[in-house]
Amino acid sequence: MSGHRQPLLMLAVAAVGVALPFVIPDYRAQIAMLWALVIMAQTWDITGGQTGYNSFGNILFFGVGMYASVVVQRDVGLDFFPGLVLGMVVGAGIAAALAVLLGSMILRMRGHYFAIATLGLGIAAGEIAGGWDYLGAGSGLSPPLFPAPPGTANLFFAYLYFGVAALVFVALAALYRTRFGLALNAIRDNEDKAEAMGLHTGVYKVTAWTMAAFVLGLVGGAMGNMLGFVDPRDTAFAGATFGVWMVLMAILGGKGTLWGPVLGAVIFHITQELLWTHLLGWQRVALGVIIVGIVVFFPQGILGWARTRWPARHEHQGHGSERA
Amino acid sequence: MLKGWAVAIGSAALGLSILAAGDAQAKVEGDTVYLGAAVSLTGKYTTAGEHTQRGYDLAVKTINDAGGITVGGNTYRLEVIYYDDESTPARGAQLAERLINQDGVDFMLGPYSSGLTKAIAPVTEQYGVPMVEANGASLQLFNKGYRYLFAVLSTTEQYLASAVALAAEIAEREGRDPATLKLAGAFENDPFSQDIRAGVIADAEKFGIQVVIDDQLPPELNDMAATLAKTKAVKPDILVVSGHSKGAALAVRQVEEMRVDVPMLAITHCDSADVIGKFGAASEYTLCASQWAPTLSYQDDVFGSAADYAATFEAEYGYAPPYQAAESSAAVIVFADAFERAGGFGKDAVRDALAATEMQTFYGNIRFDETGKNIAKPMVLYQIQDGAYVVVAPTKWAASEVRHPTPPWSER
Amino acid sequence: MAANVALLGDAPFLILQLLLDGLMIGAIFAVAAYGMALVWGVMNVINVVQGELVMLGGFIAYQLTLWGLSPLWGVPVAAIVLYFVGAGLHHVVIRRVADRDMFISLLATFGLSILLQQLMNQIWGGDVKTAQSGLGTWFLLDYTVTVSQMKVAAFGGAIAIGAVLIIFLKRSRLGQAIRATAQNPRAARILGIDTNRVFAATYGINAALCGAAGALVVMAYSVHPYIGLPYTVRSFMIVIVAGLGNLPGVIVAGLGLGAAENFAGFILGVQYQVAFVFCLLVVILVIRSTLLQRRRQFLK
Repeated sequence: MSGHRQPLLMLAVAAVGVALPFVIPDYRAQIAMLWALVIMAQTWDITGGQTGYNSFGNILFFGVGMYASVVVQRDVGLDFFPGLVLGMVVGAGIAAALAVLLGSMILRMRGHYFAIATLGLGIAAGEIAGGWDYLGAGSGLSPPLFPAPPGTANLFFAYLYFGVAALVFVALAALYRTRFGLALNAIRDNEDKAEAMGLHTGVYKVTAWTMAAFVLGLVGGAMGNMLGFVDPRDTAFAGATFGVWMVLMAILGGKGTLWGPVLGAVIFHITQELLWTHLLGWQRVALGVIIVGIVVFFPQGILGWARTRWPARHEHQGHGSERA
Repeated sequence: MLKGWAVAIGSAALGLSILAAGDAQAKVEGDTVYLGAAVSLTGKYTTAGEHTQRGYDLAVKTINDAGGITVGGNTYRLEVIYYDDESTPARGAQLAERLINQDGVDFMLGPYSSGLTKAIAPVTEQYGVPMVEANGASLQLFNKGYRYLFAVLSTTEQYLASAVALAAEIAEREGRDPATLKLAGAFENDPFSQDIRAGVIADAEKFGIQVVIDDQLPPELNDMAATLAKTKAVKPDILVVSGHSKGAALAVRQVEEMRVDVPMLAITHCDSADVIGKFGAASEYTLCASQWAPTLSYQDDVFGSAADYAATFEAEYGYAPPYQAAESSAAVIVFADAFERAGGFGKDAVRDALAATEMQTFYGNIRFDETGKNIAKPMVLYQIQDGAYVVVAPTKWAASEVRHPTPPWSER
Repeated sequence: MAANVALLGDAPFLILQLLLDGLMIGAIFAVAAYGMALVWGVMNVINVVQGELVMLGGFIAYQLTLWGLSPLWGVPVAAIVLYFVGAGLHHVVIRRVADRDMFISLLATFGLSILLQQLMNQIWGGDVKTAQSGLGTWFLLDYTVTVSQMKVAAFGGAIAIGAVLIIFLKRSRLGQAIRATAQNPRAARILGIDTNRVFAATYGINAALCGAAGALVVMAYSVHPYIGLPYTVRSFMIVIVAGLGNLPGVIVAGLGLGAAENFAGFILGVQYQVAFVFCLLVVILVIRSTLLQRRRQFLK
């Protein structure tokens, strides 16, 4: 999009984000979840869309953040809010450290091998957490109750996630304009060439994944408290829900673009809330159909489609060419 | 491009406004009282979730057909708003928010399983919405100080306590020190079964019984050959397996297949797994913990006796009610009773009425302690004898003596 | 954990038991892996829906028992039904993603796997299902080691299916066309092979293999709508270790994986058995990439 419209749009979205919890106060829980999903899609896209490394296992970092945060709250003995903040930071730190460690091993793999390795990591983490007594094993963990009147917890999480989403958006918008962003795109478009030109592709890839991991750790850290219960396979390392959704949302909106993941998450979440609950029992059939439909018929996503539909309006945009 | 954005934002706004306008505020509307419930219609708890839903539905239908409930001189019908929690706690918590905030539900029925109940209870607690649950037995639910949570069922530590006590008693009768007994256990890795495990281990410690195997079974469980091979090697006196209905089916099947000789096999969820129907003679001698049995002598005005309930359920759904369905029906009866005693639909009035519940239902006596768990109803222990579930403990309802020890496979 | 290892020393028959059980389930892994290798090699698609096809085969055999037939019929019946299911999936979805980036086909088959899981849940319910084959048990070493005859039959069946597949690929016209397409699709097309038909047949044969494997699984073990993914991952690992187009290697790797899994489950505790499978996957991939890296540097 042309440069002068971007800030306008950002302002509009920011206004919506600030106003929303008061315009429709009954929906604060869904609003908080919406922004959390936006962040998941944004961070997935750092490696998935921009760098061409499609991870199926970013849920690993989300779950690590969730566990770390609730364990800190349980064991450190701070009040609710200091405990939550410390927990989120610790969770994000551990997630980032894991990303450095694992990334330096598995980001050497190309394409689909990387995708499958991450899938394995995500599931293995859930299984290990499910067997580990310190983490409550299969019984899961219950975070402390939110110490405020009803409804305020959702307000808090809605603004928390909105703030993080906005920060991530601004940071990514700036990052993708730097040399670093260009290097990620170069890796996506032709990694061998990028390497031949002297880019230390490994460093870029690991850094990109680590950034995603850090943010996801934060998101997961708050999510444990928002949902009120940490289960190893179904809330923390929930590959079949959050794990797939983040990939799907980014692709739906248009991967490798700044706004695509945001748009994809908004559309996905609203559709889900409108339709899902009325499908009693058939919602995952619908999810499967949606995944197949999008991937087969609409792999370039909404923004990718818009770009081919109105190519003239995109001539200023430097990045974003899709690898078929 | 701006046009594209306008369309996108426009449709998002439209979606949100539909969201905002679409749902009615529905706690008590006209002559209908709405209860909310998230149950598992898909995912790993599908079968049990269906039993839960049918239990709720049957009680609602029976109460409505008999004229509904009378509160403050008016009669009201009950209706349940259901959502599918997909057997995942994350979804369950969100749906509870949705039921309370958007659907305006002021009273909740519980989901299936301890895990889901653990996820939903903090939400109902936060909004002060009374929840009567029938399928979350984990003891951990009742040490958090929840005020709005009430459970009609017995908690997990009671499930197999009578089986362990029985083994110790038999050992003493035979002149053996119970401390020489060996216990092997295999428990699914989920909140319910792990709580069962804690209870069994505590009971074993009480009698000085040595726990020689303590395996956790994964939820994807389809083979417990490794545990059973170990069992053959260490020859325990008691083998305890708990893993919802699939764990029950697997245990009975593989114990026979591998000819594991163990004097006592005690499991949970036999009736919902239909082990008699599936495995016939191989299931003989198995001890099963149950919340309820159709042969018990409880009565109420809604369904009549426990046996009457079983007949009504079978006529409606074509199979004998597992206890999961019975306790779910009981939860609705408890709510109905509390509404009538509260004389109104204020959340706190109903909560206080629930706390003061003291009644008998076809499912058992109901009285809640200050943590919200039912302390008036014991568990029963079945044994499969000659192809039928026969109550062997507690003695008050025992229809027959326990058959012990289980003879080795070479003699069966 | 140490106690478990000690127990192996005290009761050596356990080693034999674990080994036998592991080899027998490993043979079934190998059947599903043959199919995956075929689709991967010929069509360049990693078929994530593999495990769900196995489960579907199992449910079909289970359905036969509900109609009063022996589940043993399930092996051919599930194979035939799944062949058409596979050809249908190919027509609707796979052929549209096969020539695209592999990530697209990964995600599309992943979507199919969610779809199938839920359909199976809706049709057969969320319970574990087993089918009684009516076969008994053999006992070795004074009743200490048990061998389920059904597991042996499943083992034999798996090996036989593998042998038939190898002969089919070598001898039949279609088999030769499949191999030619795998080597070079363009050349095959020039030589007059209808590669689209070959792809459909390949995917159908893969589905049929999964169906037969599933029928064996439901008799020897059990099926459930949501336990397909571990089968997919096992197939994938076996193919990576054995290499594409190496069917005997697939069998050896399958048996090895089965045995390794059983010992790991015993020693680490059953709760970590699935974690072991997935960690092993990551380890194998890391080793593979390290080896490749070394080769690349060597070439430089």
